[in-house]
Amino acid sequence: MKVNKKTIINIVIMLLAYALVFVLINSGVLSRQYKSLIVPICVNIMLAVSLNLVTGFLGELSLGHAGFMSIGAYSSALLSIALSNTFPPVLAFFTALICGGISAAFFGFLIGVPVLRLRGDYLAIVTLAFGEIIKSIINYLKITGGSKGLSKIPLYSDYKNFTVVFVIMVITIVLISNLIDSRDGRAIKSIRDNDIAAESIGINISRYKVMAFVIAAGFAGIAGALYAHNVGIIKPGIFDYNKSIEILVFVVLGGMGNIPGSIISAIILTLLPEFLRGADNLRMLLYAIVLIVMMIFNNSKFKSGLSLNRTFRKLGREE
Amino acid sequence: MLECKNLGIQFGGLKAVDNFNLNIEKGMLYGLIGPNGAGKTTVFNLLTGVYKPTTGTIRLEGNLINGKTPTQINNMGIARTFQNIRLFSNMSVLDNVKAALHEKVRYSLLTSMTHIFGFGKKEKEMDELATDILKVFSLDDKSDTLSGNLPYGEQRKLEIARALATSPSLLLLDEPAAGMNPNETEELMKTIRQIRDMYNVTILLIEHDMKLVAGICEKLSVLNFGTELASGTPSEVLNNPEVITAYLGE
Repeated sequence: MKVNKKTIINIVIMLLAYALVFVLINSGVLSRQYKSLIVPICVNIMLAVSLNLVTGFLGELSLGHAGFMSIGAYSSALLSIALSNTFPPVLAFFTALICGGISAAFFGFLIGVPVLRLRGDYLAIVTLAFGEIIKSIINYLKITGGSKGLSKIPLYSDYKNFTVVFVIMVITIVLISNLIDSRDGRAIKSIRDNDIAAESIGINISRYKVMAFVIAAGFAGIAGALYAHNVGIIKPGIFDYNKSIEILVFVVLGGMGNIPGSIISAIILTLLPEFLRGADNLRMLLYAIVLIVMMIFNNSKFKSGLSLNRTFRKLGREE
Repeated sequence: MLECKNLGIQFGGLKAVDNFNLNIEKGMLYGLIGPNGAGKTTVFNLLTGVYKPTTGTIRLEGNLINGKTPTQINNMGIARTFQNIRLFSNMSVLDNVKAALHEKVRYSLLTSMTHIFGFGKKEKEMDELATDILKVFSLDDKSDTLSGNLPYGEQRKLEIARALATSPSLLLLDEPAAGMNPNETEELMKTIRQIRDMYNVTILLIEHDMKLVAGICEKLSVLNFGTELASGTPSEVLNNPEVITAYLGE
């Protein structure tokens, strides 16, 4: 592993973030309501970062990310319910997590192979349809509890086990950022920038498209598994296209191909509805307005002015 | 080393290239010229697998390559540049070349994701190989620049560098001097000869700049309306009355 200034700063940021949340949980500053948001924030970060691999780095618009999340959530939940009596919790949880990741990745492969021939809008619509198909199937099956959902999932990953969730999230971020900054990552980015040129230098485009898609799906599956073991009850309705769009919003707001951006926007946009709870009926309206304002700011001259400003540039270089 | 026989492609009723024959010997600098719309780039697209020929055969060192995908053809040893520059513009100059070293320096997906198991060593090897190639084009001091921000002439050079990084035996250059001023063209001619000798690569180039073509090519083929009009040494071809008619009219 290359140990340079950037790596060290990233490690420090991660440790500080962990310490901050640890203190917040244990000091009793946070209300129950906010404590319950900690794991969803981690889950959303994982979803955003993994979708960024497909949307930001591979350059393909996928609107079915919640579908992979639901596969991970259901398969891991079913497994850990089945194992809860025989296996010790730690083992049951990790088996379930891995199972969730692998089954989502498997479906990613199944969908990816035929679908990634399509491009742009067509791919977006097909992935959207795929997400809805998964939802309908889960709704229909008996084993998943239909529309009533699956309940009594052991709470292995609620905020009391925050450390585990945090570590898994960090591993996800590290693995995906490493991937991007490697031989395979360059192949993925070259497809985004110019697929004809990528082919001309001997990069197997379909292989790398499927690879990025499968990896993203796998991590979405793990995120889904964490989600399921946090709330204890999952319903197909949670994983509809609204969730997929929400994840896409994290990615777009944070910046395509920008991992720190995805993380920050996932945190802010998960907390935002809670902050706005006081506004009651106007909550969703305000959420939308804040979103629009943030998007405009993100592309504004004001922001690029800031990024050209000397002092801010110095600050930025530190990161 | 490269042999095309009776090569042709038809788009609907249009025969873009018809009955085209080409024979390039190893180490040669071969020029493909012709008026606009003659089908020169189509020939390149046929050679690199972007289009599948409707008739004829292409053989590289005796191996049949028609019907193969662009990726496979590149792996067999043909690399190319594009008439309209196709760089990975959101990637750095160095990364553009490193992307092309993809097949040459390999490591597993696990290494990619963990950055251990020899990652540093392999990356360093790639960095060195890439920098060596960039040095030839005097781009090594710009390796961190985003390739999209390079000036036009340097973008063209980077495309050649990227193609070379795949260590081809045959390099196809599609109008390498397009948009360059006479000084840059002069310099490019030198570089093209230099890389031919340094990397032992056969070069086939499309060009409009007659000075460049006559200056460096050992043999020329002239294409007009998708068929070969003439071929031979530059002086033979450029004095051929048919060729002059094709370019200047009656």
